[in-house]
Amino acid sequence: MVTENQCHCEQAQEEELYGKLKEVIEGHKGKPKELIMALHKAQNLFGYLPRKVQEMVAEGLNVSLSEVYGVITFYNFFSTVPQGRNDVKVCLGTACYVRGGQALLKKAEKELGIKAGETTEDRRYSLGIVRCIGACGLAPAMLINNDVYGRVKTTKMMEIIKKYE
Amino acid sequence: MIKAKINNVDVGVPEGTTILWAARKANFTIPTLCSHPDLVPGGQCGICVVEIEGIPGLKRACMTPLGEGWRVHTHTARLLEIRRQLVELILSYHDTDCLTCIKNQNCELQTLAATLGINTVEWRGFEEKLPIDRSSVSIVRDPNKCILCGRCTQVCANVQTVNALAVNHRGSDTVITAAFDAGLGNSVCINCGQCVVHCPVGALYENSHIERVWDAIHDPEKFVVVQEAPAVRVMLGEEFGMEPGTLVTGKMYAALRRIGFDAVFDTNFSADLTIIEEGTELVSRLKTGKNLPLITSCSPGWIKFMETFFHDMIPHMSTAKSPQQMFGALAKTYFAEQRDIAPEKIVSVSIMPCTAKKFECQRPEMRASGFQDVDFVLTTREIGRMLREAGIDLNEMPDEKADNLLGEYTGAATIFGTTGGVMEAALRSAYFLVTGRELEGIDITPVRGLKGIKEAEVDIDGLKVKVAVAHSGSQARKLMEKVEYQLRKEGKSEYDFIEVMACPGGCVGGGGQSWGSNMAKRARRGESLYAEDRSLPYRRSHENPSIKALYEKFLGRPNSERSHKLLHTRYYKRSTVDGNIIAE
Repeated sequence: MVTENQCHCEQAQEEELYGKLKEVIEGHKGKPKELIMALHKAQNLFGYLPRKVQEMVAEGLNVSLSEVYGVITFYNFFSTVPQGRNDVKVCLGTACYVRGGQALLKKAEKELGIKAGETTEDRRYSLGIVRCIGACGLAPAMLINNDVYGRVKTTKMMEIIKKYE
Repeated sequence: MIKAKINNVDVGVPEGTTILWAARKANFTIPTLCSHPDLVPGGQCGICVVEIEGIPGLKRACMTPLGEGWRVHTHTARLLEIRRQLVELILSYHDTDCLTCIKNQNCELQTLAATLGINTVEWRGFEEKLPIDRSSVSIVRDPNKCILCGRCTQVCANVQTVNALAVNHRGSDTVITAAFDAGLGNSVCINCGQCVVHCPVGALYENSHIERVWDAIHDPEKFVVVQEAPAVRVMLGEEFGMEPGTLVTGKMYAALRRIGFDAVFDTNFSADLTIIEEGTELVSRLKTGKNLPLITSCSPGWIKFMETFFHDMIPHMSTAKSPQQMFGALAKTYFAEQRDIAPEKIVSVSIMPCTAKKFECQRPEMRASGFQDVDFVLTTREIGRMLREAGIDLNEMPDEKADNLLGEYTGAATIFGTTGGVMEAALRSAYFLVTGRELEGIDITPVRGLKGIKEAEVDIDGLKVKVAVAHSGSQARKLMEKVEYQLRKEGKSEYDFIEVMACPGGCVGGGGQSWGSNMAKRARRGESLYAEDRSLPYRRSHENPSIKALYEKFLGRPNSERSHKLLHTRYYKRSTVDGNIIAE
């Protein structure tokens, strides 16, 4: 799983991101009601909301840190871990669940070495769960980025996933 | 006036009265769980639902004002069934090890389940226990007991404005924790314990020192001394079924002697000492005009609050330690020397209405005697438990006196336990220190009572001293923001002296008070302290004969070098992220 520590080549880029974050915060300074908007923009910059970003947003908007954390952990949209280049989502809606969605998820977790909600060390994949993508006739279904795969078998699953760099 | 019928009984109540209170007026108690008399109703639990004829759906009695002509029903078959189901659902994810729970027999959920006659829980959602948060030296949080009623988060955010606890995550994963789920000990928590006294169940309680105090009492090598805070003497009776605010000073000394403490002293003694040290500091600052307003430093919750959110005010803080810590420093030096007892054999225990005192006693700078000055802190609840365990009933105790050297006190000391008391006590002595005469009209009533911020002006020989008193985090924040603004804009504040207590009502409303407390009880405890003040032979700290002896024999004079070493302290800047020290 990826931690918040970055390698040196990314440091310069990160500094630039924090510069942009400061501009974003400036636009919402001292306005607690604009918290979700500010977090939205911050996540667009970083791809997720690392601890330092949460602290900066809290201070800038004059919102307590506990409230910022409460909002982030409540809304599914916000993530506190970095996202991978490819977003693998296994459907666990009712139809997919009864046709083996859980087995697909277990297989993916085992092969990628991460749990649902986490990202691989090389940031190639993030693994997640969705509750129905409207492809019940194709259960069990899997979604990678914007591509839907139906009637996925555990034996073929990794072949599909590996196509995504 | 609103006229309506509740269960066919006519009621008339002022506009805005909730159905809950209107029903009580008609002698119907609607069961509640999350509702608390001192908090804003949030309607989280839904237990208090009622039916109103002609209005579809159910209404929550705690947050619905009674309407004109309404016909309300509070115990229809449908409502009874819904209430039972709600409680069963809460119990299905509640860790029901009631017999070994700290709140056994004091739990509002337990009482409610009994009231509603719940005899079986059909569902079982609670499986794996979540880890208990023991990261704080003051407060333990057990998420398995939590029913998510939101009282703790409301009091933390709105009454105290600390925002250490919040509702995090979602759905069945919802949990009340500090930011980043880091644990209260790694948060901005000021250890005030208001969450503890508002929790209806056993999800929040003090980090207990009971076992370690028993060990010390039972160790023949140790000499165990005990001190009791001003507010404890008007609170401890409640642990034994007495009326709120009953004054039990003499009975308390007797009970503590019988439980096995080797010397029974009183924090009130060192409260008088605090006044002399702090009063001297006030007088010297008034003379130089520097670092005014002077701000009191007795409340350890307020200290951490100030260090975290208002650390620019550090130069304004009195450097005088709190009475607990002054006592601790003297017990292992002055008392040890006078009685020829090796300080390493002394175990110093304090009994406090407070959970933050547990944090204060272990602060690294609180070792002026060369040892940890105060070893263990027991809340009023903990000493109540110990006395019951030992089979000592406070009701049956004779009135005894405290031991000599660190036991004598004045009326000025005893009012420390309520908001405005430190201010009043300090002014009584400051007047004397400046003028050499006694203040006429010893009762300074404008600083008394439960108003959020109180102000007064005292004339000390032509010098007008303007003072302010704040209690609770939210009122302290309001006052500090005003002072900071004045200092920034005008270079000086309108105030010369400020008292702050972290808890609503002062120490009588502390996080270590008996379960089931509310503002009404806090007020009665405060009144009892003022009554004790009036009854005492000495009512000014500088009149205390034991304090005079202490200066003659040991300290020299107020604010002397020795006083500074033993009785004064320093403060740190703390992070608003995790409460850790960021700078000296």
